[in-house]
Amino acid sequence: MSLQRTKAAPAVVIVEAPAQGSLWIAFKATLERDLTLMLRRRGELLNPLVFFALVVTLFPIGISPDPDMLALIAPGLLWVAALLAALLSLDSLFRTDYDDGSLEQLLLAPQPLAILSLAKVVAHWLFTGLPLALMAPLLGIMLALPAGSYAILSLSLAIGSASLSLIGAIGAALTVGIARGGVLLSLLILPLYIPVLIFGVGAVQAALLGEGVAAHLAMLGALLAASLLLAPWAIAASLRISING
Amino acid sequence: MWTFIHKWGSPKWFYSMSGKLQPWFWTVSLLLIAVGTLWGLAFAPADYQQGNSFRIIYVHVPAAFLAQSIFVSMAAAALVFMVWKIKIADMAATVMAPLGAVMTFVALFSGAVWGVPTWGTWWMWDARLTSMLILLFLFLGVIALRSAFTSRDSGSRAASVLAMVGVINIPIIKYSVDWWFTLHQPATFRVTSSPSMPTEMWLPLLIMVLGFYCFFIALTLMRTRSEILRREANKRWVMDLMKEAH
Repeated sequence: MSLQRTKAAPAVVIVEAPAQGSLWIAFKATLERDLTLMLRRRGELLNPLVFFALVVTLFPIGISPDPDMLALIAPGLLWVAALLAALLSLDSLFRTDYDDGSLEQLLLAPQPLAILSLAKVVAHWLFTGLPLALMAPLLGIMLALPAGSYAILSLSLAIGSASLSLIGAIGAALTVGIARGGVLLSLLILPLYIPVLIFGVGAVQAALLGEGVAAHLAMLGALLAASLLLAPWAIAASLRISING
Repeated sequence: MWTFIHKWGSPKWFYSMSGKLQPWFWTVSLLLIAVGTLWGLAFAPADYQQGNSFRIIYVHVPAAFLAQSIFVSMAAAALVFMVWKIKIADMAATVMAPLGAVMTFVALFSGAVWGVPTWGTWWMWDARLTSMLILLFLFLGVIALRSAFTSRDSGSRAASVLAMVGVINIPIIKYSVDWWFTLHQPATFRVTSSPSMPTEMWLPLLIMVLGFYCFFIALTLMRTRSEILRREANKRWVMDLMKEAH
């Protein structure tokens, strides 16, 4: 009897010892898993980028090929198109994991679900928001966006799209259990995207006018900080509803 | 104190108590709205700039106030439901959402009608109208999400999360839209601000606002009661109630 007890005691210690760093390990493992999965479906990674380029192509055709007019609407147009591209890619954020059951494993994991879902959002941003931000200047050239605003365009999109991914993931988590949740997802999330859009476009327009962009970027950073703090908990709560319901 | 609050969580208690409260709220709200309407439309002096068209304020402003308050109360009810699992709170949130959407629409529609004499156009991307439009989308999102779930419980909890996310975002949206509008302001129109309004103009407005709030409480009580009956239809006390009624 006493032998069993002494045997059990170190086992507890061994379990507790790695628990100190297990949060970070779990975060990294989830992130790596998602990045690997995304890299295996490279075609899907390209889709948001192609969509972005396509939407941007529609506008010169739909409005006017006149460079002066295009330059006027370019900042807003690029931001709206990137926002829609990011939104479209969100539907698949939890979908495959939901279908094959690995989302339930995340729920059962001892680490907080909020942190694990944050890892998934980071992976999503790395392969959607960041490429969109890097691609935007190229489309900016095609829309005759005046020089001097390209770096700010990329930077504002990079910061902004991180907030978009975080806020959008709440909607994706809420609708993952619904069979055709795609349109509903846009309905839920687009109103919440408006502040990010306002400050993102504001930054580019301020850069075009030669004004200071720090205020706009600071606001984008504030939105990101707030959503980084709050969104993971909402995502986790939404995932629990979608799985258990 | 706590037992008193806890009692309200019971559908049966809520049903009987709200049945007693309801007529009072209806009477007060109809009285206030009748007085406010008559006073505002017939007796309040016409605005020196806008003439009689300003009288639409007596519908527009109360509806806009109410629309925002309904979203906040809906989110508060959602929070109560999520934290304490009180079903009454969810029923109240369920019935508040359509009323809030309607009030937002009334505010938007009256704003558009008001726009014709003041701005010369049905729609302006004015900061307040734009925020109201976004509020309408938020309401529609909550309603759509609730109905998208086949299980009522999941729908309730999902809608509650969305309502809470929305209420955190409402001030952010409102201030960012205000900020956006000041950058793009056409700088020609200015609606008379409230402090410069004479007493005989804002007193009926205050009465109308109070009347609208009482109307909201009365209607919420009434619709929560029918929601209770719908959800608890196979409970014994509801069956007994139905037998008595027949």
